Amino acid sequence: MRQEGVMHHAVVRLLGLVPTLLVLITIAFFLIRMAPGGPFDGEKILPAEIRANLDANYHLDEPLVQQYFRYLGQILTGDFGPSFQYKDWTVNELIAQGFPVSATLGGLAMLAAFILGTLIGTVAALRQNSATDYSIMGVAMLGISIPNFVIAPLLILVLAVYAGWLPAGGWDWSWQRMVLPVITLALPVVAYIARLTRGSMIEVLHSNYIRTARAKGLPESLVIRRHAFKPAILPVISYMGPATAALITGSVVIERIYSIPGLGSYFVQGALNRDYTLVMGVVIFYGVVIVVLNFIVDLLYAWLNPRIRYDETQ
Amino acid sequence: MNMEAKTTSGGLSVEDPFAAVFAGEDIRGRSLWVDAWHRLLKNRAAVVSGIIMAVMLVLVLFGPMLLPWQADFTDWDHTASPPSLETKHWFGTDAVGRDILVRTLEGGRISLLVGLVATLVSLVIGVSYGAIAGYYGGMTDRVMMRIVDIIYALPFMFFVILLMVVFGRHIVLIFVAIGAVNWLDMARIVRGQTLSLKNTEFVEAARACGVDHNTIIRHHIIPNLLGVVMVYVTLTIPQVILVESFLSFLGLGVQEPMSSWGALVNDGAQDMESAPWTLVFPAAFLTVTLYCFNYIGDGMRDALDPKDHL
Repeated sequence: MRQEGVMHHAVVRLLGLVPTLLVLITIAFFLIRMAPGGPFDGEKILPAEIRANLDANYHLDEPLVQQYFRYLGQILTGDFGPSFQYKDWTVNELIAQGFPVSATLGGLAMLAAFILGTLIGTVAALRQNSATDYSIMGVAMLGISIPNFVIAPLLILVLAVYAGWLPAGGWDWSWQRMVLPVITLALPVVAYIARLTRGSMIEVLHSNYIRTARAKGLPESLVIRRHAFKPAILPVISYMGPATAALITGSVVIERIYSIPGLGSYFVQGALNRDYTLVMGVVIFYGVVIVVLNFIVDLLYAWLNPRIRYDETQ
Repeated sequence: MNMEAKTTSGGLSVEDPFAAVFAGEDIRGRSLWVDAWHRLLKNRAAVVSGIIMAVMLVLVLFGPMLLPWQADFTDWDHTASPPSLETKHWFGTDAVGRDILVRTLEGGRISLLVGLVATLVSLVIGVSYGAIAGYYGGMTDRVMMRIVDIIYALPFMFFVILLMVVFGRHIVLIFVAIGAVNWLDMARIVRGQTLSLKNTEFVEAARACGVDHNTIIRHHIIPNLLGVVMVYVTLTIPQVILVESFLSFLGLGVQEPMSSWGALVNDGAQDMESAPWTLVFPAAFLTVTLYCFNYIGDGMRDALDPKDHL
């Protein structure tokens, strides 16, 4: 019965993603087309015939609505078209090249943030209102407040330029080059998760079943690990969706600062150079990634929280 | 009048309310706001942050007038010179000899202005949208909130960047773009509050008197939402300042000769090896501001809404 409920819920949610993605694609498409100028308006004015041929080749001479549906059909086959800026590259190839880099950074940062954040939050909760608690929370607030584009140059300055321990930027898949970007990306998320964990852990530790577990004489570490941890990280799990979005957005800046050839840097380059197909491709691709990850987080939450039963009518 | 004020104090014990009446004194009820204000004053972090922000505001508004330099003045005798009292460049100068202190203060004007105006935009949209959805309920509510859900799932930062790319980088557009994508949380919170408010007796009484829907929303619903909204506004301002800095850092925000903290941090990051002060000072101002706003927001939330359900 419960299993069925979850399945049903999953299917409904999956169908609910369709309008979201459609809105995403529609806004992105028409926004770009509203922009003055086009991809072939260069410094050199093209002869009219060549221009007409180019437009016809890219279907730019068709009515806008027809182009829109053509683009929709094209995306359904998973084709984002050619990039205007990077000649001889398709947007798909650029995404295929940039995304593994961005995903590695984001994944590592998320992992680090989850482990560190819950750990720090739990420690603070166990020492509620002590000096340790206050200093941890003060630092966490700082972590939330300092923008990542401020942290990154400072880290480079101190650890790379002055101390010379780590390379200041670049990318070759070695761990040395991953350390600084991952720290920068993870820091605000660590801080946020720590605050969330602290709050919910304090609440959980005051509940009756924890008192029962303690009354039974269970050692404190076991109480935390076996009874308190799972319910306490539920808010963290539901934060993972927005956190992913934050990591992806963060990577746009981080990749630029550390000169990492990820998807974020392609996006910024594309935006600055008016490479419309590339910008749209990345926006839609990231939109899908965020939407799908939110969906997974939602299922994970339901799996962890037995109080949620999707077979009941809302 | 006085009785009414007292009932809103949320069941707090008022010692013998009639004693004062019998003594012929003017009794003053402790309203929810006064209570919240006292709680806020007890929060040391919030009070200190408030004072720092007040000082920051005065500095940013009046500082540039009192300093001997103009933001766009180029001091060729002191290019990229470190902070020093002798040259009168207390924060040093950048690579083309502009005074960092003046530039930081003037950049702060833009950053704070964007923070306030864009928050105002999101406030107006969010409150009216949420209040309408919550008040009318039913199908209206369901459709309106479904729309919010859909927009919520979009990567909004990318849309702001897209907007800036497509429409050029005018400062008014920055306000509108950031505000227009930032109203979703506000709408959700306001809707939730409205749902619980619309079934209260005083709203029912107003409806029974024949007051029309618009007036009820404007006169009875929205004033009662103010507490929650104020908390949220204080937490939105730093977010917006951050987004603007982020855009300016990427070169998509305000353009020269105007400047903001984000743009200055971007400039500073380019020269940080030779002139770290060009990075450190704007970065410090930006961080302190965000830090303080977050603490004030936290403090206001604890004061106005002790349950912490945001």
